[in-house]
Amino acid sequence: MNILELNQVVKTYENHTAVDGVSFNVPKGRIFGLLGPNGAGKTSLIRIITTITRADAGTVLFNGEPLGASHPEAIGYMPEERGLYKKMKVGQHLIYLAQLKGLSAKKAKEEIDYWFQKFDIEDWWDKKIEELSKGMQQKIQFIATVIHKPNLLILDEPFSGLDPVNTNLIKDEIYQLNQQGTSIIFSTHRMEQVEEVCEEIVLINKGKNILSGLVKDVKNRFKENLFEVKFEGELPVDIEDKFRLEKRTNDSLIIKINDDDDSNNILQYLVKNNLHIISFKEILPTLNEIFIKQVEG
Amino acid sequence: MNKLWLIIKREYLTRVKTKAFILTTLLTPIGLAAFFAVVVLIFSYEGDSQRIALKDDSGIFTEKSIKDSDRAKFFVRNEPLDELLDTYKEKNYNGVIHIPEKVANPGDEVNVTFHSDEQISATTKVFIESKMASRIKDYKIEQSGYDKKKIESFKTRVKIKEKGTTGEAKDKGNRAVIATILSMIIGTIMLMVIAIYGQMVMRSVMEEKVSRIVEVMISSVKPFQLMMGKLIGVGGVGLTQLLAWAILIPGLLFLVSLVMPMDPSSMQDMNTAGVEMDSEDMESIIFQFMETLASLNWWYIIPVVMLFFLGGYFMYSAIYAAIGSAIGDDLGEGQSFAMPIGILQTLAFYIAIAVVQNPNSPMAIWASMVPFFAPMVVPARLAFDPPMWQVFLSLFILLVTSVLLVWLSARIYRIGILMYGKKVTFKELGKWMFYRG
Repeated sequence: MNILELNQVVKTYENHTAVDGVSFNVPKGRIFGLLGPNGAGKTSLIRIITTITRADAGTVLFNGEPLGASHPEAIGYMPEERGLYKKMKVGQHLIYLAQLKGLSAKKAKEEIDYWFQKFDIEDWWDKKIEELSKGMQQKIQFIATVIHKPNLLILDEPFSGLDPVNTNLIKDEIYQLNQQGTSIIFSTHRMEQVEEVCEEIVLINKGKNILSGLVKDVKNRFKENLFEVKFEGELPVDIEDKFRLEKRTNDSLIIKINDDDDSNNILQYLVKNNLHIISFKEILPTLNEIFIKQVEG
Repeated sequence: MNKLWLIIKREYLTRVKTKAFILTTLLTPIGLAAFFAVVVLIFSYEGDSQRIALKDDSGIFTEKSIKDSDRAKFFVRNEPLDELLDTYKEKNYNGVIHIPEKVANPGDEVNVTFHSDEQISATTKVFIESKMASRIKDYKIEQSGYDKKKIESFKTRVKIKEKGTTGEAKDKGNRAVIATILSMIIGTIMLMVIAIYGQMVMRSVMEEKVSRIVEVMISSVKPFQLMMGKLIGVGGVGLTQLLAWAILIPGLLFLVSLVMPMDPSSMQDMNTAGVEMDSEDMESIIFQFMETLASLNWWYIIPVVMLFFLGGYFMYSAIYAAIGSAIGDDLGEGQSFAMPIGILQTLAFYIAIAVVQNPNSPMAIWASMVPFFAPMVVPARLAFDPPMWQVFLSLFILLVTSVLLVWLSARIYRIGILMYGKKVTFKELGKWMFYRG
C-alpha cells in the first residue's frame, strides 16, 4: 500500500514548467528521499503534496484517495525556510498550530508536554519565540511538524542550520517516528545525508523524474563492477593480464570486471597466489556521484 | 469554519492583550477628559483679584458703588487725587479709577481714567467698563424718574427655534453647530480607525511573509481562511477600541463636568463680552446641547455608523492585505503601492469636511455614492438628517464593493504570500488575479 501516488503531475508558472509530468509512489512506512538540484521542482512538488498549491494536470492519491481538504491533518510539513510568529509564546504557538491540524487544545497540551520532556525543554513554555536561538527555534518547529502524529512527514532540508548534536537528535526522532509507522519524505540536495537515512529515492531535475528506486537498487544499477582488495603479499606478475586494474598499490587494488564475471574469481585468484586478504568489497557509486552524472550528463 | 475561528481568535487575542492596545484604549479617553478639565479650569481662572481705588468726583459711584466680584473689588476713597496717586500702592491697591465731575451729567459716552503702573488685562478692563456702564444706566433711570422695573421689562430676548418642513416637523433645537461638531468628530474617527487598522493588517501580512510562517500556515489552512481570519480578527480589535471609547469618552467627560461645577460668578463675567447672558442662560445652552444630542436618533445612527465602518474597514484592509502579500519585506516597494490608498483615504476625509459645510448638496450626494469616500462622508452627514434612501443606497454600494474587493484581494493574496524575489508591478498583481490555485 502506498501512502502517496503521483501520476503525471504537471505544474506551470507563467512561462516556466516547474513540474513536468512527474510520477512516483511512496510506500507506506518508507523513508523516501526527494532529491534534486536547486530549481529542480522539489519545492513545487512538495507544495502540491501539502495542498499549498494545486497541480495543473495529473493525479495525486493520498492513501488511495484523491488528495483533498481533509488530508493536511494527516500530513506534517517542515519547510526549508523555517518560520514562526516571533512574538508568540512557545506553548501558545504550538497549541495554535496543533489546533489548526485538528487537535483539541487539551490533546495538544498533552503532546507538547510529551515532546518537551523528550527534548528536556520544559521551561520553554512561556518564552517568546524571538527569545530562542535559531537551533532552539528549529526544535520547536520540528515539534510543531510532528505534534499531530501525521501519517506522512515531509521534511525539506531538516538539518540545515543545525549543529551536529541537534542534527543527531532530530535524526533519532525521525527514525523513531518511522519505526512507529510514519512515512517520511526527506527532501534535500545533501547526498551524504540521503545515503544514511533514505531507503528509497526519486531524483528530480528540470521538473522531470530522471531516476527512482530503492537506494541499493539504484546504486547497483549504476555500479561499475569495481572491487577493492586490501592485501598483504606479492602480487602475481600476470595479474594485469588476468584482470583490468584501475588502481594498484603495494597493499591495495581496484579491479574492474565484466558484468557476467563473478567477483569470487578475484578472491580465488589472489588466494591461490598466496596473498593474505585483509578486506574485499564492491565499490558502489555514491549517490552524490550518481546525482552529478545524471544531472550533468 | 472551525479553523477560521481559530485564526480570528489568535489575531484578536494577540493584539488585544498587548500593553500598547490597553494603554491606547484607556489613555485616549483619560487624555481627552484631562484636556477638557484643563480647558474648563483655564477659562474659570480668575487670577489675582484686583483691588481698585475709586476716586469719584461725580458722586454717582459714591452712593452706590460697583458690586464686588472675585475679579475686582472697588473701594471708594475720599482723599485728593494726587495724594491717592502717590499712596495707592502702599494702601494695597492695584490702581485708581478717577471719575471726573462731568460724569454726573453723562451723555452717550463718558471717559474715566485708570491710573496704574500695572497693565490690566483686556477682559478686566471690559469688565469694569461694563460694570460702570450698568451703574450709570441705573443712575440715568433714577434721574429720569421712570420706574426701573418697567424699563427692564422693555428688554426682550429673541430665540430662534428650528423646525423641519418635510416629514415630521421636528424641533431641531440648536442643531447646526452641534451637528457640525459631531460630524467632524465622526469623520475623523472613521478615517483614523480605518487607516490604522487597515495598515495593521498590511504589516501583519508582511510579517508572516518575511518570517516564513505563512508556508506552515498554508499547509494547514486555505489562504482565504488566513486572510479573512486576519481581517475579522483585526477588525474586531478596532471595534473593541471604538466601543470602549464610545463608552469611556462620554462617561469620563460627564464625570469631569460633574466634578467641575461652572461657577455662577464666572458666568456673570461673560457679561464682559457685552453679551447679555446670565447664569440661567449658560445653563440653558448646555442643557440645549445635551437635549439636542439626546434628540438625535442614536438607534439609527449608531448601527449605520457601525455598518459603514465595517464596510469601509473590510474594503480598505482587504486592499492592504493584497498589497502586503505582494511586497513582503520590500518596504520601498510598499510605499509606491500603499500611497494611492493613503491618498484616497485623505481625499475622503477632505471631502467629508466639505460635505459637512454643505450636507445636502449634489456634491455630498455624489460623494456618498463613491464607495471609497462613503465610510467617511456618510457618517459625517448623518447628524444633518440626510434622506434615508441615500444612506441605504450608499451602504448597499459600499457593501457590494467591499465583497468584490475582498474577493479580488484574496486572489492576489494567495499568490503573493508564496511569491518571493519577484519584482512586483500593478500589472503583475493583475495577472495574479487570474492564476489558478
